[in-house]
Amino acid sequence: MSRPAARAVSGQPSRKGVLGRFADFLDDRTGYRAVVHEALYERVPGGARWRYVWGSTLVFAFMTQVITGLFLWANYSPSAQTAWESVYFIQYEMAGGWLLRGIHHFMAQAMVVLLALHLLQVVIDGAYKAPREVNFWLGLVLMMLVLGMALTGYLLPWDQKGYWATIVATNLAGIVPFVGPSLQQLVIGGPEYGHHTLTRFFALHAGFLPATLVLFLVVHLAVFRKHGLHAKQPITKPDAMFWPDQVLKDAVAMLAVMAVILGVILMPALRAMLAGEVVHAAHLGAELGAPADPSLPYAAARPEWYFLFLFQFLKVFEGWGATGEFFGAIVVPGLIMTALALMPIVGSWRLGHRFNVAFTLAILAGIGLLTALALNEDYSALWVNRASLAEAEKLHDQTGGDAAKLVAALGGDRTKAAAIERQWKTLEKVRRSQAYLDAVKLAEADAARAVELAGRPERIPPAGMLELVRRDPLSQGPRLFAQHCGSCHAHVDPLAPDAEAVIAKSSAANLHGFGSAAWMRGLLDADQVAGPAYFGNTAHKEGDMVSFVRDDLTDEATWPKTDIDAVVAAMAAEAGRPVPQEIAGLVEKGRELVAASDRCGGCHAFRGNGTDLGAAPDLTGWGGRDWLVGIIVDPTHERFYGDRNDRMPRFGKAAEGALPPLSRKQIELIADWLRGEWYRPAKH
Amino acid sequence: MARPHGNDPAALTGHGAANHRAAGGESRRDLLAKVLAVACGGLATLPPVAAGLWAFLDPLRRTRGAASFLSVADLAAIPDDGMPRQFPVIADRVDAWTGFAAEPVGAVYLSREKGSREVRALSATCPHAGCFIDLEKATQCFRCPCHNSSFTLEGGIVNPSPSPRAMDELECRVGANGQVEVKWQKFRAGVAEKVVQG
Ligand code: FES
Repeated sequence: MSRPAARAVSGQPSRKGVLGRFADFLDDRTGYRAVVHEALYERVPGGARWRYVWGSTLVFAFMTQVITGLFLWANYSPSAQTAWESVYFIQYEMAGGWLLRGIHHFMAQAMVVLLALHLLQVVIDGAYKAPREVNFWLGLVLMMLVLGMALTGYLLPWDQKGYWATIVATNLAGIVPFVGPSLQQLVIGGPEYGHHTLTRFFALHAGFLPATLVLFLVVHLAVFRKHGLHAKQPITKPDAMFWPDQVLKDAVAMLAVMAVILGVILMPALRAMLAGEVVHAAHLGAELGAPADPSLPYAAARPEWYFLFLFQFLKVFEGWGATGEFFGAIVVPGLIMTALALMPIVGSWRLGHRFNVAFTLAILAGIGLLTALALNEDYSALWVNRASLAEAEKLHDQTGGDAAKLVAALGGDRTKAAAIERQWKTLEKVRRSQAYLDAVKLAEADAARAVELAGRPERIPPAGMLELVRRDPLSQGPRLFAQHCGSCHAHVDPLAPDAEAVIAKSSAANLHGFGSAAWMRGLLDADQVAGPAYFGNTAHKEGDMVSFVRDDLTDEATWPKTDIDAVVAAMAAEAGRPVPQEIAGLVEKGRELVAASDRCGGCHAFRGNGTDLGAAPDLTGWGGRDWLVGIIVDPTHERFYGDRNDRMPRFGKAAEGALPPLSRKQIELIADWLRGEWYRPAKH
Repeated sequence: MARPHGNDPAALTGHGAANHRAAGGESRRDLLAKVLAVACGGLATLPPVAAGLWAFLDPLRRTRGAASFLSVADLAAIPDDGMPRQFPVIADRVDAWTGFAAEPVGAVYLSREKGSREVRALSATCPHAGCFIDLEKATQCFRCPCHNSSFTLEGGIVNPSPSPRAMDELECRVGANGQVEVKWQKFRAGVAEKVVQG
């Protein structure tokens, strides 16, 4: 527009307010009105329609990601020692951090859905056909960029989930022929995952990829405007302008998308509120797993749900080795992308458009099916009735899964054997699903514990959260116990419903509550001492202690009930455990009894009572940290079982030059866990 | 192109702009659509912007903990010759999520006069703009390397100096065990009055 013309259209300047005159001034110097006009007044053939909103919602979603991403950037720190920590800080300590992160996290997922819808609409409407082929290809590039941002963003919190998913994704990149290994090493910033994996992923996620995306988006939109909107035929209504008709529909769609996102963020909190729980930051927004730990198995590893189909698809090629993986992860997706890219050409043939639509729907259906299969494999234990498999399960245990033995066990009934074998397959699936569900539960517990530890008043050590988790008895104790002690010892609350079965299977004492008054009372109970929870499944079953408890302690004349109470009180006090109120006054008396040579002191050394070491464990400091660490280090020491030690390994001892099975630190973790000594947050 | 007036709203109806506006019902509908479009778009954009600003302003909520007396040296380590000596201040420090135990967090100059048990503690932070003040043995004075503010050994300002005030003296006491304790505080830089930074 030339200047005089602009003046003529704007009418009498004298009647305009300050704002109007300023707008005139600005337009005169910049020509912004023409730009705005150009942007808003685009003809929409056949009028505004809901089916055209997807492109705009995608732009909106991207803008949301840019805004929230920049603010997250202001608080994120990409390094192996600070990534999890800074995300924790955003999520749990910064005002509004949960909302900021929640929007970013879920909008990323919404974007994938919107992409699929946009693509579907373009294909169905035939909007990819000439003259819009180039724009269709630009759109495909944009899709890859968005998926790339999703993939790189998943790692940034440096939690177990993102870490293991990224290991898998980058290893898959590594199987590309020739360049794969170098590509992988470039992406992860060296041969190992660490600081540079994060800095590089972050640079990709927040720099290279979005910058490229903006570039392509600008061209995509420019080309879109050049050709105008591709109207869905037949056109029944009069044309309308982009502004305000289509903009209104777009804006309503954006608002709907945002409402869904906010709903997803707030839903768990609402549910907790309705269940009468206290709403915690963990209920709000995106999940944060336990910090990444390369040394800890993570059976709950799964990609984000929109990549789940690929994960499932790869299973089809299980057993083909690297070739299969190459085929499934690179060749097939590559072919599909190629087919998508060829659509504009195919579309110009007779029936080509129908083929394209059918192909796209088939791909989406395939993705849906694979996703459903993956979910079914993971969650089937939730809906398959385990009771209906009870017989098959029993037979499986009996025969060890051997088909020949099964037929024999069923007295030669081959039809039944075949049916049972089918059930075994289901059983196998249910077991695997259950293992996955257990792993998820464990992962959630680990995550919650990490968050609890991060909130300690001493805060996170400079070496990072992982170090803190690794020296937490509550996190490490059960794992170390299961690995090193659990093959003999049970650790189960005797009052738990399945306690009896677990204890019966163990071959050494149940260490749940070891050192407590209740544990000691059980040991001194004639009915229990030779049971499986104590010495029943050990070499000491016929030992002196068992006969002492059975013969001497049951004699009320020498051992009245208060004397036993006193010993229980003294031993609980020795272990540093709480002494029950009703026997709290008996501790001193108990100590005398334990020390006395005609009572416990006849065999046990106790607080310098003069009894020699070697006959029975020294009860000085029994059940305390030092005592426990000592017996785990070396049960054959004369302070403990000496040469009468029954099978228990010397966990802290090794031959010259060799490493002991457990480090001192690990033994201390086990001892602290057994004693229930770990950080507990103060109750507010 | 085949669309002669593609971007002209008037082209839609075939009438001129004036006629278009004259159609009252149409324009009212139009106005409503415009208002609604702006409202919906604004409402949709509000959550990310609000969440971002909310989190961005979080640092304003964070405060320094209350100042406390920290043990910095043994009285015997400060010769009674009036000459200041530099000592590190060791304290527990929390930086966002990281907790540092017993870390050097700054430095003080301690001095005492002949035979006195009274210790003068001067913050090493320059009141001008916060640089670390040096002790120049040769010229027997304090000098800030950034803009050359000079101070006497007692912390008094030597004019002309860009610093608006003398060096910041810190509250100091000597415990019964001979430990010198300093109240570790920071003060606003660049102003004439000594104002504690919260
Ligand atoms: S900061 Fe010391 S003179 Fe400017």
